[in-house]
Amino acid sequence: MQSISHVAGRAIPFGRKNVDTDVIIPAHWLKTITREGLGRGAFEAIRKEPGNIFDDPEFTGAPILIAGDNFGCGSSREHAAWALLDLGVTCVIAPSFSDIFSGNAFKNGILTVVLPQEAVDRLLEVARTETIDIDLETQTVTTPFQDRFTFEIDPFRKHCLLNGLDEVGLTLAQDTVISGYEARAGRELPFLTGAVTAATA
Amino acid sequence: MKSGTRAPNRTIIMTSKPRTLYQKIWDAHVVDTRDDGTSLIYIDRHLVHEVTSPQAFEALRVSGRKVRRPDLTLAVPDHNLPTTARVDADGAMLPIKDVESAQQLAALQKNAPEFGIRYIDAIDAEQGIVHVVGPEQGFSLPGATIVCGDSHTACHGGLGALAFGIGTSEVEHALATQTLLLKQSKSMEVRVEGRLGAGVTAKDVILHVIGVIGTAGGTGYVIEYRGNVFEEMSVEGRLTVCNMSIEGGARAGLVAPDDKTFAYVKGRPYAPRGAEWDQAVAWWKSLATDAGATFDKSVVIRAEDIEPTVTWGTSPEDTAPIGGTVPGPEDFADPSKADAVKVSLDYMGLTPGTLLADVEVQNVFIGSCTNSRIEDIRAAAAVLKGRHKADNVKWAIVVPGSGLVKQQAEAEGLDRIIVEAGLEWREPGCSACLAMNPDKVPAGERCASTSNRNFTGRQGPGARTHLMSPAMAAAAAVTGRLTDVRELMG
Ligand code: SF4
Repeated sequence: MQSISHVAGRAIPFGRKNVDTDVIIPAHWLKTITREGLGRGAFEAIRKEPGNIFDDPEFTGAPILIAGDNFGCGSSREHAAWALLDLGVTCVIAPSFSDIFSGNAFKNGILTVVLPQEAVDRLLEVARTETIDIDLETQTVTTPFQDRFTFEIDPFRKHCLLNGLDEVGLTLAQDTVISGYEARAGRELPFLTGAVTAATA
Repeated sequence: MKSGTRAPNRTIIMTSKPRTLYQKIWDAHVVDTRDDGTSLIYIDRHLVHEVTSPQAFEALRVSGRKVRRPDLTLAVPDHNLPTTARVDADGAMLPIKDVESAQQLAALQKNAPEFGIRYIDAIDAEQGIVHVVGPEQGFSLPGATIVCGDSHTACHGGLGALAFGIGTSEVEHALATQTLLLKQSKSMEVRVEGRLGAGVTAKDVILHVIGVIGTAGGTGYVIEYRGNVFEEMSVEGRLTVCNMSIEGGARAGLVAPDDKTFAYVKGRPYAPRGAEWDQAVAWWKSLATDAGATFDKSVVIRAEDIEPTVTWGTSPEDTAPIGGTVPGPEDFADPSKADAVKVSLDYMGLTPGTLLADVEVQNVFIGSCTNSRIEDIRAAAAVLKGRHKADNVKWAIVVPGSGLVKQQAEAEGLDRIIVEAGLEWREPGCSACLAMNPDKVPAGERCASTSNRNFTGRQGPGARTHLMSPAMAAAAAVTGRLTDVRELMG
């Protein structure tokens, strides 16, 4: 996974609320068996609208997306995160995210920044013409106009993002702890943790 | 010596503080807790389907990782499969025309044995929608942690399991480590008490609940459905309710397991047997929320306020009683919701003030993991019996949730009632719930659907979805418009 400490550049001033993952990447794009190339299907329906922000040359390859409340609700498809990455987006700012989406984003090295609506409104305005700067180390979002917003982030997520750590590898290193649980639960809850076998009819 | 080394018969966590059902299941699955409040949670059951798994298996292969507990994992194809005849006269599988669908299905068929995972094939009698198959096979159990790369995994919460959808990276994590790194959610109680009226089903209850709490109302929470309505509800009804928890923003929803649950699970192929069964039941009985346990949020709804319910918009919170009218943007105080309503009415081709019962439908879909179990098929057939679909309904299909549901329905003669009413009786799969397989609703046309999502384009580009119960969808098929099923009930 790519490490991420600083994201700076143009930000797509999207701002729409309750954007579900079907909007981010429609279901017919889910038939892939690889992670690449999904940027072409990102926001497909919106991109049919003339003058849409995603096809504005000004924002092509912008690393930041500014979204509205409840971004990424709906289906758990991780393709939404892959599609954003394929577009070049590595940071999404919004007043709130769906739980599943922010988890998926994190696991793919996308930073999700939660800021109050007023701050997001201000950034939406600035992003029309200016670049935006996000520093994960200091947990701040700044603009050329001296705006400065701080955000909260889970310390573990921050650590993983800063160091590009892969969660599976981290957990596998805890093998003995997992085996310990399995041994204990295997005695106490054998019907859950024990080997699952089918009844022979 | 021997008795000295035996583990004492104790529960994993001893505490005197009253706990919720969710807390108890969580506590029993904590492998490790970190300083930052995240926990490594053991996963008891992992269901895998063809759409969200290929990239996870690919990642395992690339890094040379194995599946830790293939025996706790079950794979079955569902989303991409056509629901038309699957085999030729000799019982050989017919080719899948869509190249990409075929590729995903083939990937699962190859990945499962390669990683030693139990696999139900497209042409096996046990095949079906992953959330129908899990409970049906006794693979999903009360008190278990259950995951699947699919947001409707909450469905299994109907058995009293902690079940939730995960993304593909988490699928990979669960396959490789049999755990997930999670932060505990807040707890929310949705209490429905009183007497449900005639024609009001589990689906109406959950649509009404989502209408009340909104699609973000449960974000960050695990919902426990409580109150006499859920206690009296069948296990299949509880599966329907929990299925749509995600539509209310909650990652998981559950109902405390009770004698009905135990009777439902007992004797299923992968259910515990013998002494383990007794041990399981004893533990399951201890899981109910303790008196005095508190919830972070509580919503109380009177059963009498729930009517047969349909959706009119493109969000599952856009619900209304069937006797109502299509609302307008001005009915919503929140300006962003008013804007969204404008957009969604335009998409839906509806004018504010229209009586819902005057809205014509051209398509009917009875199926999906929300409503494709035997009780759902029975409910639809009860309405269809001796009737025929209206002429303006061009396409009406009933899609059982699994091959076993199909067999059961046929044994009861329900398929004949359905076919005689002019509806098609199909092979099991996700079907028209999402536009991934050949079953799609044409652009601009309306569908009375028992699925769980009315999002823009969900049933096909431009398709207009109205969510409702199986009985209501059957009633719509008969009259050709959204219909109060009570008008057709004796
Ligand atoms: S039936 Fe629909 S909601 Fe259920 S698993 Fe299939 S696609 Fe998802």
